[in-house]
Amino acid sequence: MPEPVIQVTDLVRDYPRPRTSLFRRAPVVHALRGVSFEVRAGERFGIVGESGCGKSTLLRILAALDRATSGQVVVDGTDITNLPERRLSFLRENLQLVFQDPMSSLDPRMRVRDIIAEPLVVQGHPASGDRVRELLDAVGLPPNAGDRYPHQFSGGQRQRISIARALAPRPKILVADEPVSALDVSVRAQVLNLISDLVDELDLTLVFVSHDLSVVKHVCDRVAVMNAGQIVETGTTGEVYATPAHPYTRRLVAAIPTLARALTGTTTTDLLKGAPT
Amino acid sequence: MSDVLTVQGLTVSVRDVALVSDVELTVGPGERVGLIGESGSGKSLTALSVLGLLPEDVLAAGSVRLSGVDHELIGADERRMSRVRGRHLAMVFQEPMTALNPTMRVGDQVAEAMLIHRTRSSRRAARIAAAELLELVQLPGVMRTYPHQLSGGQRQRVVLALALANDPALLICDEPTTALDVTVQAMVLDLIMRGVAARESALLFITHDLAVVATVCQRVLVMYGGRVVESGPVTEVFTRPRHRYTEGLIAASDLESADSGPADVGLATSAPRRLPTIPGNVPPAGQFPDGCVFRNRCAHATETCATLPPWTGTPTQGFACHHPAGASDA
Amino acid sequence: MNRRLNPSLIVGGFIVGLIVLIALLSFIWTPYDATLVDSSIRLAKPSWSHWFGTDKFGRDILSQLMVGARTTLFVGLVAVGVAAVIGVPVGILAAMTPRWPSEVIMRSNDLLLAFPALLLAIMFGAVFGASTLTAMIAIGIATVPSFARVIRSGALQVMRTEYVLAARAAGRRPVPIAVRHVLPNVVSLITVQASVSFAIAVLAEAALSFLGYGTAPPTPSWGRMLQESQEFLFSAPRLAVFPGLAIAVAVLGFNLLGDGLRDRFDPRLEDRR
Repeated sequence: MPEPVIQVTDLVRDYPRPRTSLFRRAPVVHALRGVSFEVRAGERFGIVGESGCGKSTLLRILAALDRATSGQVVVDGTDITNLPERRLSFLRENLQLVFQDPMSSLDPRMRVRDIIAEPLVVQGHPASGDRVRELLDAVGLPPNAGDRYPHQFSGGQRQRISIARALAPRPKILVADEPVSALDVSVRAQVLNLISDLVDELDLTLVFVSHDLSVVKHVCDRVAVMNAGQIVETGTTGEVYATPAHPYTRRLVAAIPTLARALTGTTTTDLLKGAPT
Repeated sequence: MSDVLTVQGLTVSVRDVALVSDVELTVGPGERVGLIGESGSGKSLTALSVLGLLPEDVLAAGSVRLSGVDHELIGADERRMSRVRGRHLAMVFQEPMTALNPTMRVGDQVAEAMLIHRTRSSRRAARIAAAELLELVQLPGVMRTYPHQLSGGQRQRVVLALALANDPALLICDEPTTALDVTVQAMVLDLIMRGVAARESALLFITHDLAVVATVCQRVLVMYGGRVVESGPVTEVFTRPRHRYTEGLIAASDLESADSGPADVGLATSAPRRLPTIPGNVPPAGQFPDGCVFRNRCAHATETCATLPPWTGTPTQGFACHHPAGASDA
Repeated sequence: MNRRLNPSLIVGGFIVGLIVLIALLSFIWTPYDATLVDSSIRLAKPSWSHWFGTDKFGRDILSQLMVGARTTLFVGLVAVGVAAVIGVPVGILAAMTPRWPSEVIMRSNDLLLAFPALLLAIMFGAVFGASTLTAMIAIGIATVPSFARVIRSGALQVMRTEYVLAARAAGRRPVPIAVRHVLPNVVSLITVQASVSFAIAVLAEAALSFLGYGTAPPTPSWGRMLQESQEFLFSAPRLAVFPGLAIAVAVLGFNLLGDGLRDRFDPRLEDRR
């Protein structure tokens, strides 16, 4: 059994909300209420949940872009929970992110080659043109794409640029936050294939976050289902999808419309099965 | 023959660039028709033309007729259109926040929708009817709340109540659940279905999601590059697609059968999780090729595809492709 | 589509360009020496030799207006320069710091915003001596808050984007993020704000000179020309009309330029058909 590369123990994150009154205490939002899980090396781990379930907060803490209120995150044997920024450089090289919105994830005022080279420059590696061309090639973009600006590309192409940037420092862990939810169906398949191929070729550990269980099932080996700041169910994607144990997961699985089920006569009322009435 | 909506030769253009070309579309009484397409397909522009809500510099030509309305909708002035909208024709858009007035209580807005078109005799009757409608979309007791106090799904249900207020002959939904969570989507879809069924309203449902269309609609039109490339009954189009674009789209979105065999392949094995793809990207609006709009991404394209493929089949079931899928058994 | 060259941008750019040209021209040529006193032609009406006439000292009005354009531009540059050099970093800082320090910065900003600009300039003049420079530094400082506010809101938007998140995840430190990502993406806001502040500064200089706290004689200034015309408002209104018109046109020009630039750079309009 391979070593866990990510080990999350009892993670809690509370946000103070802006005060509504001078005299009452600021209300608190419990974004994460004791989340624990492990991701092993080379695994494809999915996190599924609907908006507000805490999955984005969890990702930010994993990437040390936010601090936990309590609990522990261990990445590659190092506890990153309270590490100061200057000692996080191993994480900044080894864990990279791909975001949801292909519009806002690339700086509109930078050329693509500078965008892709940014993580390299930050970490003091020489950012050679060769490496940038190699990365462009790996994500299926032409070499001259480097000279252009993000707005000259379509959504799918921009998501490829995002992936190239994430791969630049040769990370071990790729964290993808809803990487295909903003894409057209015909382009979504291309990007999913690309992520799959790269994870295999480069031996990456993948953490894939999505609201769409059917996409996670396609991409990942194991999945954690989140609801209201907690993980309600963990298991292999096949198991969770076929025989969901937790009531919330059951509701979630039932609610996903699929072509195959629709063609066999599933109605919108069936989608509501498992919902509390 | 008495279709609720009849669209003929609809063309929408901006400064001589055609964004929608020659769209033919009919929706029968009580029928649920889906309009499916990706970005730039022209599906939303088609809906907006029917509603007469195109932006100022966007021009529509062709014919749009609605049963019960004795004039052409294309080119009708705002005064006439406002009598049609919300009465014969109602709509639900993707973003529910912008469809509601943030400074008005939810109940008042629903009641007002009925008073505008005088479908209720008094303010009192309208308020009672509004409360009933809100209960129908499972939002009891929200009469006195403001839109910002509701969640996205709840707001969309208010918009639906608003749309159904005057028992419209046709309800148009443009990506009504795209911004919602899956479980909320299920509920809103179900309410839409029940709403139109109870009123025997016809439904024109616009989305990019094949599975949603297959669940909700009886008939579907596939749009790409501003043209209807295929249409027919849902089961027919989705099980035996003829146009190469429809074929590719279905394959690319079918996550289920791509995971060959049982998906439970265990840990650390990397199954060949590849999806069939359509090569290339969706061109920006107005930059689709001449002839067959799909030919620059199509594996079957030949020189003949440089000419516009004719419509094969009946007006309600057919396709426009020179090299259709499954041609041998046709 | 003509959004890149909208009418505001063209007209504003033309007016501002014209003022710059006239100011430059005045270095090498004016019809007369703008400070030359000739009592034989006091209060002369417009004529072929003096197009706009002369003032109470017999100085050529056109020449004074031309040299005055220099003062106006100088004034604008200093005031906007001061405002931008302080306001932009303060705005970006306020956007990038956590809640408490950011609150402190913005509230002190509000305090300064509430302080009348002219009063500040008069106080500066009283302490450091009335001159164009002190007046303009004061006006510049008084414009800092509005600059900081606009830049802060723009910078906040940039800070919320995923590319900043990606840069942080790659290990970029705050200062490089500010320089590489935030600043380039608020440049359009800075340009727009600068041209609007320019107009405000020109007006403020005119007002201060009118009150006697601005440009000291004999340097020609549109505002002082206006002040000196006071006593002849009924006998020779042209003395007030020409500098007044110059100020109005210049302010209009900079405001139009600001509007035009805003339309040109508005990200909501960019890349949309």
